[in-house]
Amino acid sequence: MKHRSPSEQHHGKRSRDPDAATATSPPDKMEDKTTSNPRELTQNPLKKIWMPYKNGLPEKHIAQRKVCMTNCPTLIVTVGLPARGKTYISKKLTRYLNWIDVPTREFNVGQYRREFVKIYKSFEFFRPDNEEGLSIRRQCASAALNDVRQYLTEEGGQVAVFDATNTTRERRETIIQFAEQNGFKVFFVESVCEDPDVIQENIVQVKLESPDYTNCNTEEAVKDFMMRIQCYENSYETLDEVLDRDLSYIKIMDVGQRFLVNRVLDHIQSRIVYYLMNIHITPRSIYLCRHGESELNVKGRIGGDSGLTPRGKEFAKKLTQFIQKQDISDLKVWTSQMKRTIQTAEALGVPYEQWKVLNEIDAGVCEEMMYEEIQESYSLEFALRDQDKYRYRYPKGESYEDLVQRLEPVIMELERQENVLVICHQAVMRCLLAYFLDKTAVELPYLKCPLHTVLKLTPVAYGCKVESICLNVEAVNTHRERPENVNVHRTTEDALQTVPPHL
Amino acid sequence: MALTADGSEQKELTQTPLLKIWVPWMGCNLNRRRGSSVPQFCNSPTMIVMVGLPARGKTYISKKLTRYLNWIGVPTKMFNVGQYRREAVKIYKNFEFFKQDNEEAMNIRKACAAAALKDVTAYFTKEQGQVAVILSTPVFCPLKVFDATNTTCERRAIILNFAKEKGYKVFFVESICEDPEIIAENIKQVKFGSPDYVDRDIEEAMEDFVQRIECYRASYTSIDDDKDRKLSYIKIFDVGSRYLVNQVQDHIQSRIVYYLMNIHVTPRSIYLTRHGESELNLLGRIGGDSGLSPRGQKYANALAIFIKSQNIKDLKVWTSHMKRTIQTAEALGVQYEQWKALNEIDAGVCEELTYEEIQRDFPSEFALRDQDKYRYRYPKGESYEDMVHRLEPVIMELERQENVLVICHQAIMRCLLAYFLDKPGDELPYLRCPLHTTLKLTPVAYGCKVEPFFLNIEAVNTHRERPVNVSVNRNQDEALQTVPDHI
Repeated sequence: MKHRSPSEQHHGKRSRDPDAATATSPPDKMEDKTTSNPRELTQNPLKKIWMPYKNGLPEKHIAQRKVCMTNCPTLIVTVGLPARGKTYISKKLTRYLNWIDVPTREFNVGQYRREFVKIYKSFEFFRPDNEEGLSIRRQCASAALNDVRQYLTEEGGQVAVFDATNTTRERRETIIQFAEQNGFKVFFVESVCEDPDVIQENIVQVKLESPDYTNCNTEEAVKDFMMRIQCYENSYETLDEVLDRDLSYIKIMDVGQRFLVNRVLDHIQSRIVYYLMNIHITPRSIYLCRHGESELNVKGRIGGDSGLTPRGKEFAKKLTQFIQKQDISDLKVWTSQMKRTIQTAEALGVPYEQWKVLNEIDAGVCEEMMYEEIQESYSLEFALRDQDKYRYRYPKGESYEDLVQRLEPVIMELERQENVLVICHQAVMRCLLAYFLDKTAVELPYLKCPLHTVLKLTPVAYGCKVESICLNVEAVNTHRERPENVNVHRTTEDALQTVPPHL
Repeated sequence: MALTADGSEQKELTQTPLLKIWVPWMGCNLNRRRGSSVPQFCNSPTMIVMVGLPARGKTYISKKLTRYLNWIGVPTKMFNVGQYRREAVKIYKNFEFFKQDNEEAMNIRKACAAAALKDVTAYFTKEQGQVAVILSTPVFCPLKVFDATNTTCERRAIILNFAKEKGYKVFFVESICEDPEIIAENIKQVKFGSPDYVDRDIEEAMEDFVQRIECYRASYTSIDDDKDRKLSYIKIFDVGSRYLVNQVQDHIQSRIVYYLMNIHVTPRSIYLTRHGESELNLLGRIGGDSGLSPRGQKYANALAIFIKSQNIKDLKVWTSHMKRTIQTAEALGVQYEQWKALNEIDAGVCEELTYEEIQRDFPSEFALRDQDKYRYRYPKGESYEDMVHRLEPVIMELERQENVLVICHQAIMRCLLAYFLDKPGDELPYLRCPLHTTLKLTPVAYGCKVEPFFLNIEAVNTHRERPVNVSVNRNQDEALQTVPDHI
């Protein structure tokens, strides 16, 4: 067998196929390749991706740019005393990674413990001299690691977040060995904090609601939890610059005042570090809304760059009043570069930033068409879109998947900012909302984002509170549900079944 | 002007013809911030202050960071205090000059520092600069007054006071390294070009330089993680194996940290090429998604041979999502990744037109483009400026990677090349990136060596120079003066 260097790797099975001899295998000698037949390319009808095909079928291993370019799954391991925000970070990071299309799941050892030990009695369970407690906790950690292994090796997971205290070097060493045996990369995320106010706030926000404390009053719960923290303190071995210099990790100190970053190995770790360095926990609200109703909206046409209808302008005024009443400190206002969002922002009378990346999804050849016209001229495309609305790319246009990628800097900046009002568009708003509310790719394109309604998002505990505020200005409905029949051979009637009424 | 329900006037929006930005009024002095095509994140100017012993890569980092920030549209300039010194002290004798007890030298150094800060102020207030990277060259022995190497706390206090007084933000970048091999390599690569050592024997120069560092080390104080906890800074240890980041204040500092954490110094090469000649290229049509012409296919095959001959270790190959780059990559017979961000500039309504047709149907657009090719946005399309923004993740990943071959398009390649060769916005759209030529970029010292490889397959020329007459009133001949030949 000829030895293959990495630069000679082929896609999939081609190398073993004798017919591939005429295709472009890497030249062993300096042949003149003018007569060789390159693989034919075909454009995948859904995603509009060009891929090589053989025997009429597309080759499978097409490498489309994805965030996780390593073959190695990654195990993120949290480290820190209780009430240091490990679960908060785990959940947030998991949500972010899934949104940017990196399959990620968190494994909270505390959950495993709660399932094992049905009723939580007191902090005594966590005492370092409680043999039974220690044994149970070790078993729970093992069970969780087992599930991690399954997720990363059999269920297509790319990243697993192992959320536990992991405060001793010994415990971390066990995890490192587990990862090595399974071929996973390990990245530690340690949260260190000694600010009593922050810890207190943590406890109040998330611990009191915990199933562990359903039958306690606040004072009892806080007291017990503080004792629980103490159980860990004596044996806590923080990640050390010298002793742990060969590990890959980020140490977050005092809720993001300071970071120590060691040995970032690859792209995904670099992105994780960047994300963790941009998030904060300062209370704030994010307001999402669409532009006011536009001329093309009322005609039932998608895309384009039209101005506001009179009702749309009315919404802009109501929006101004609403914002003023909210009395928001230091509000930043962002719009797209399309006329309708800017007109809406203008009414507010405050400075705003225009982001091109907030522009509505590009519908390519279908721009400014009505659904009826799309059905008439591009019935196949129309059906494909209903089959997989998230990945479907308009011819010469974009998909929701593309949108998410171009919105990533917006999300990053939203994380950095405090109070922000984003005036955008239907598909864009769905993508942003899906990030905050942890919606899947299947749900995302069908999230309801009606005109003339503001969504106020306020981070709370591990998630996001949503308040929907309808500003009471009539508008056309632009939400088209997935029809029952998504087959390419469906009738026009079936196709247009869910189109909302328009002029 | 339309009236709203309550009788107040609502300003009409108009779209600026060049940038295609909707703004409330025209003809007045547009605040660039309001009419900008990209979000503006810098409110106050920022001073980035480099800290560290000599030969720790401060100049390398400064130059690279400056190049990156300018490329993403943040006007940035380096201020090398050492250069002020050289002018002040014309002939350098030896390191004795830098010892503490030389009072005259001390005064000169103070004057240099003051001059540098004065220029920084002028850059911010008169030249619309947003970021100033302050770099000392090494070899100021520490003093308890401002001294450009920025390595004692007192000195930094002076910078901080200056910044506070003026309302500038300060971000320190400290490079810490004790690996003698890295330091020796640094010294060899970049110091011996320094004007201070022009007529010296290398060994003598090395010895002298090492003495300078020692002279300095005595009172070198690293940023103190405890005493300096209120400062914003990043400490880079051992060329990036570890970082300490403290009090990042804003967006630009966050971006700077991200960038610094992604760059490396491992030797490698980046190969940039366009797709092989396409069917639309032959017809003189822009954009579209056509396949390779027969000559284009020949180029793809020649590229495969060339790449193999280069014997590149672990080469990554990237293409766009467009058929012509993918067809080109296919000939290589290796794995490649498709990036949508590498797609050619979207010419909007002008997609697949010839220049002659654009002149016929959109003559004023055609003229506007020639007036400011970098910022000009096609109707329903993009500008070069937009492309730079969508290419930023590509650049970031190129920085992280080692050997990469990027098969892309003319406008894209110009943007990437401008980043590596530090070309400004007015040169970028006219960089020469002909078909069937691969550029091999190899980082060396503070810059980038470029080797062009023309693979000897004929192709149509697609480079259109800026014509002499860019007025919207020009005639057809003047407009089409520089259009290259096609079928």
